[in-house]
Amino acid sequence: MENLKQLVQDGLAAVESADSLQALDQIRVEYLGKKGVITQQAKTLGKLSAEERPAAGQKINEAKGQVEQAINARRSDLERAAIEQKLASESIDVTLPGRGQDLGGLHPVTRTLQRIEQFFSRAGYTVEQGPEIEDDYHNFEALNIPGHHPARAMHDTFYFNPGTLLRTHTSPVQIRTMEAGKPPFRMICPGRVYRCDSDMTHTPMFHQVEGLLVEKDVSFADLKSTVEEFLRVFFERDLKVRFRPSYFPFTEPSAEVDIEWGQEADGSIKWLEVMGCGMVHPKVFEHCGIDAEEYRGFAFGLGVERLAMLRYGVNDLRMFFENDLRFLRQFR
Amino acid sequence: MKFSEQWLREWVNPDLNTQELMDQITMAGLEVDGFEPVAGKFQGVVVGEVVAVEPHPDADKLRVCQVSNGTGSVQVVCGAPNVRAGLKVPFAEVGAVLPGDFRIKKAKLRGQPSEGMLCSASELELSEDHAGLMELPADAPVGASLTDYLKLNDVTIDVDLTPNRADCLSIKGIAREVGVLNSLLVEAPEIEAVQAVHSDVPQIAVQAPAGCPRYLGRILRNVNLNAPTPLWMQEKLRRSGIRSIDAAVDVTNYVLLELGQPMHAFDRNRIQGGIVVRMAKQGEKLVLLDGQEVELTAETLVIADHDKPVAIAGVMGGEDSGVGPETRDLVLESAYFDPITLAGKARHYGLHTDASHRFERGVDYQLARDAMERCTALLMSIVGGEPGEIVEVASESHLPKSRVIDLRERRLADVLGLAIDRTTVEEILSRLGLHIDKLLRDGWQVSVPSFRPDISIEEDLIEEVGRIYGYNNLPVTEPVGSLGLRVEEEAVRPVSAIQNYFVACGYQEAVTYSFVDPRVQQMIDPEREGIALANPISSDLSVMRTSLWSGLLKTVAYNQNRQQPRIRLFETGLRFVKDGDGIDQQPMLAGVVVGDQLPANWANGRRTADFFDVKGELESLFRLLGIDVQFIASQHPALHPGQTAELVRDGEHVGWIGTLHPQVQKNLELNGTILMFELFLNSIVSGYVPNFKEISKFPEVRRDLAIIIGNHVAFADVERVAKKHAGERLTALRAFDVYEGESLGEGNRSLALSLFWQHPERTLNEEEVHSLFTGVIDALQEELGATLRS
Repeated sequence: MENLKQLVQDGLAAVESADSLQALDQIRVEYLGKKGVITQQAKTLGKLSAEERPAAGQKINEAKGQVEQAINARRSDLERAAIEQKLASESIDVTLPGRGQDLGGLHPVTRTLQRIEQFFSRAGYTVEQGPEIEDDYHNFEALNIPGHHPARAMHDTFYFNPGTLLRTHTSPVQIRTMEAGKPPFRMICPGRVYRCDSDMTHTPMFHQVEGLLVEKDVSFADLKSTVEEFLRVFFERDLKVRFRPSYFPFTEPSAEVDIEWGQEADGSIKWLEVMGCGMVHPKVFEHCGIDAEEYRGFAFGLGVERLAMLRYGVNDLRMFFENDLRFLRQFR
Repeated sequence: MKFSEQWLREWVNPDLNTQELMDQITMAGLEVDGFEPVAGKFQGVVVGEVVAVEPHPDADKLRVCQVSNGTGSVQVVCGAPNVRAGLKVPFAEVGAVLPGDFRIKKAKLRGQPSEGMLCSASELELSEDHAGLMELPADAPVGASLTDYLKLNDVTIDVDLTPNRADCLSIKGIAREVGVLNSLLVEAPEIEAVQAVHSDVPQIAVQAPAGCPRYLGRILRNVNLNAPTPLWMQEKLRRSGIRSIDAAVDVTNYVLLELGQPMHAFDRNRIQGGIVVRMAKQGEKLVLLDGQEVELTAETLVIADHDKPVAIAGVMGGEDSGVGPETRDLVLESAYFDPITLAGKARHYGLHTDASHRFERGVDYQLARDAMERCTALLMSIVGGEPGEIVEVASESHLPKSRVIDLRERRLADVLGLAIDRTTVEEILSRLGLHIDKLLRDGWQVSVPSFRPDISIEEDLIEEVGRIYGYNNLPVTEPVGSLGLRVEEEAVRPVSAIQNYFVACGYQEAVTYSFVDPRVQQMIDPEREGIALANPISSDLSVMRTSLWSGLLKTVAYNQNRQQPRIRLFETGLRFVKDGDGIDQQPMLAGVVVGDQLPANWANGRRTADFFDVKGELESLFRLLGIDVQFIASQHPALHPGQTAELVRDGEHVGWIGTLHPQVQKNLELNGTILMFELFLNSIVSGYVPNFKEISKFPEVRRDLAIIIGNHVAFADVERVAKKHAGERLTALRAFDVYEGESLGEGNRSLALSLFWQHPERTLNEEEVHSLFTGVIDALQEELGATLRS
């Protein structure tokens, strides 16, 4: 039995020094296999008396258990080390850029239009489209701008022939919408408009959104809330808004809308004009066959580039139409 | 319109500073565009009197003057040609500071001491005129501060008036508004009739009463037009943006600014016979005051004498009948011309005058006589003369009708969203000069004065009340209304979904002009004539686009010139094509791709985008939209003849895809292989609503085959034949390899296909699959001449 102790000691030492799963397995066979040196000790039991046998057998089992436990412990160590080594060899530089397509982007005008359309869609407005090559009637006459009207001088119009032109505003879509349907109306019309003017602050093409609401009972006070809410939501902050009397032939009363935009040199509020609006002129209703005694309406129009410039800090209108990728990529 | 603040304050003087005043009128709808001080910033300048002048001993052009400041006199050396003894001039004493922070010190000029400086108007920034010393009136008080004497604490205010507010194109009109806004009375100068001293009257015939419903003339004899315009008048004109010419012109301009009535003075001795107001004869010629000769059209209203036209009515006088220093007798004109007759006439002759600006917008049709009296009196105070009677020719039937409008209290409240109390409404209306004729049960009957041609309906009155009450004092309420929602078709995808798809595919959206360069368009779309603008902004933006490609290719060039080798752009918008007599305005979607397919990057490799990259992106788009589109080999003048496909959906042409034709590319000076597509948006946005089908529980069977086939045979044909013979249980057909090589023989290629079958209700057996598969192989051999590759 002295021998058994020695065998256990040798076995534990061998396990300790095993440096691979393979070597460990060999040790297991050598000590605990059918012909293993500890297993073989059982043969000595026959020489013992019946009284001695159980105690000796238990000793042998304990010895086997001791070595087996050491083997198991060593195995998990070696397995863990192997996994760690594999993982270490598989590590990558996760800071390298990913593979595949780069993202493009929407034009800032579209981006702005989508925000405007979302606001008004939520408020129940439909989005309408109209032709860009318009006739004189829809662009001017029906909007209460007859041929001799001085307001025509405010519109530098592109003509194809005396009766056909590029629309100077999105307002003709008001007319087309009212001609085609029956009140009430809640609609906006986003789109391209054209003026024969090109300099630092004018491009011959730009975008407007026209809005129209026609109901039996609607007032200038309702128009004010619509405009104020829109501006608050668009700029995502409470800003001071003021309504300044103005003139558009197709609305009466008419107003320009100014928003607070920083301060003047003397510390007073700096106001910026952002929209035009007013109550639909009875003449316009008349042209569309709507009874102005039964229905009232308000209309508004805003310049999309103007809002985009304020929103994104763009300082040159012309950049919108140069389509320089270095400009466009800033809006994705 | 520009005007002097002080002049306005002579009429009405609210307790507001300049800024407050400007804010107030801006908020009443008279938008102040800007303002400028009427003089430069200076101090220490007084009215000086030149007491004595002697030549400078050592300089020909300099004079040695003794100048009095009222308390004593000092020596000043001066080089101005108009310096003379007795002259009163602005005198900058030693210690004065002139504009530009220029300090006046004791100095010596060519050895002569000089204590101070005599000033020109331009040195004080009072005008551009630097011809000589500014000459002050003989009665100017010597020693007085020049700033006080000339009331230079004044600004020029520039109001940008909307075209409806013709009534505010005068001091009188603006004063009326300021009076209303501050509840102040307005003090107008008193206008009295000038007594005639002779019976000499002009002969006036109005042959075009519709264009000229009222014409007043008066003769003023024996005037002295050498008399200078008084400084106070010159200053008011200058501060209102009008240059002083001579007394006759200055006075008419003064009346125009003060009252809003444009006037004209003719040299009586250059008028042959009498005055005739008529339409011009086509082709008649007239040399205008600005020296330009115009050929008149028959639509132009003119003032003529018995021989010839002498003025374009309401626009500009003629040179020949104009007044000058030698003029002895004047004919003064004060008229009301019809705005519609005058509309656009000035512009037609390339003119825009203070008179035409007012007449086109509508002058007060009752103002002509007052203006004539005012003008006569002012003129006589300067140039003397003997006035005659006023001759007035008026056609009542052609004058604007006086308007009476009912304003309903209820309507006022409904439109503004607020019931304003009656007294406030009445006060606003009457201060505006809108006369309340009588009180109605539910409102007011209002007479519109002759100076407000813009007010013709109830809404106009509502606007006036709202405007003066203050838009910002009106309440803010949420609109209430029927909220019927419109059906949104699920099968129709919004354009935003398409835009977002291309963004995800790496495309940048562009927005290019709808008008393009006809030369570029000619290369892209040579068979179609673009619709040309009559008045383009420039020749390279003169024709409406028939394809979005013109603008996109120009954008490619712009970016390639800015070191951007990889460009992927798309755009949506209308194209414009002639359609018989009409114009078709079709929404399009187009894109261009040039450069590497993927961004340069360690992992992306470097492969130039090709046809199949873009085709794959379109195929995914079509799946997104739920539509089935065929790519059919075809030809397009702008595209490479071997790399072009027409896109067809259910037999309808829906667009093009291809590589830009190398010749066009060269002509446009573009680099690289440029892939392009263009689709009719309306033809592709409408797809389908998904409809569930049971998923088969039975296995799918796959068979692969490789064939050698002539490379003139399109894959689409192989697919068509295979599908025809593969039976109804074929679920998919895929080309997994395409190979061309010498081993296949000239003109051949190898195609490897996978076919998939599946039955919804049972397992397909080996025999039936084999039979279908061999059927496909046989058909490909027989119909397309394919051979099976071993």
